[in-house]
Amino acid sequence: MVELDIQIPSAYDPFAEAKDSDAPGAKENIHIRIQQRNGKKSLTTVQGLKKEYSYERILKDLKKDFCCNGNVVQDKELGKIIQLQGDQRKKVSQFLVQTGIAKKDQIKIHGF
Amino acid sequence: MADEINEIREEQEQLAPFDPSKKKKKKKVVIQEPVEDLAESSQTEKSDSLPVNDGLESSFTGMKKKKKKPTESSLLNNESVDAGEDLDEIANDEQEGEEGIVLQQRYPWEGSERDYIYDELLGRVFNILRENNPELAGDRRRTVMRPPQVLREGTKKTVFVNFMDLCKTMHRQPDHVMQYLLAELGTSGSLDGQQRLVVKGRFAPKNFEGILRRYITDYVICLGCKSPDTILSKENRLFFLRCEKCGSQRSVAPIKTGFVARVSRRKT
Repeated sequence: MVELDIQIPSAYDPFAEAKDSDAPGAKENIHIRIQQRNGKKSLTTVQGLKKEYSYERILKDLKKDFCCNGNVVQDKELGKIIQLQGDQRKKVSQFLVQTGIAKKDQIKIHGF
Repeated sequence: MADEINEIREEQEQLAPFDPSKKKKKKKVVIQEPVEDLAESSQTEKSDSLPVNDGLESSFTGMKKKKKKPTESSLLNNESVDAGEDLDEIANDEQEGEEGIVLQQRYPWEGSERDYIYDELLGRVFNILRENNPELAGDRRRTVMRPPQVLREGTKKTVFVNFMDLCKTMHRQPDHVMQYLLAELGTSGSLDGQQRLVVKGRFAPKNFEGILRRYITDYVICLGCKSPDTILSKENRLFFLRCEKCGSQRSVAPIKTGFVARVSRRKT
């Protein structure tokens, strides 16, 4: 007779793999966007930072590092968002990686 | 690296008139293999076209002196530095080959005691494959997209002229591409009467190009076979990308606009 040793999965999380992979919707990315304002001015928005972090303190450091102004905006659907004056996308991503707030592959830089 | 190749080639040239020794053969093999690999793996037309010819000729005129040619042309592929010189040499070789003065083996392992190695056999297989049915050898043509043409309308609006053309070459719905572009640029825009895309804000063609590049990697190119021959379909709210070449299917992320800060002045 053929003996089948069937392993019955007991405590198996079927989504364990999906969380590690970068399938859409599996991981929260940090989106860094740019928006054009009048003239050559622009605005950088940082969306999707973890809620545990104190946005105000991050903002304070960002402002000090990049010598720009900025504020935290409360959005209905997307939660808190950091706004910074000027095109600070690369600097923000560098800052987030250096301080260990986010990993490099979590950060998505949008815009041109 | 390039210097080395040059040196080796010069050596070969010196050796060429004499009886082809084993040492020379081995050296040739060493140079030849990576190039063939390149030709097979890369999708560039330029590097593909030449090895195809090599394969055909070397297998047709089997016992003639043809072994030198592939290396020469492969060098041409690698570095187009002294291209003219190489071309002359190739011509010489061909004449020699047609006269059939020097007999040489068809494959590098023939006539020697050593065993053939995998890469040589692989090259042989691909040569035969190209000879008999070239479409199976994996030579793909490259789809070329024209650069975006951008005009300024007034000072605050940008017109993307060949938007429809690019959508057609990508085989994507203009709506989808537009949604992505506007989301990435963080502005608003619309299609005008001549099917051009009018975007609010000032943007350079380079900006559009970068975004389109990202769009293509995200929503057009098949991850499995890298072919742009794909279809994007929507099945109950989810977008799926199906490849026409290899049949693989994957889901793609929906386009999210994300947060858009309020830039214009508030009306009181």
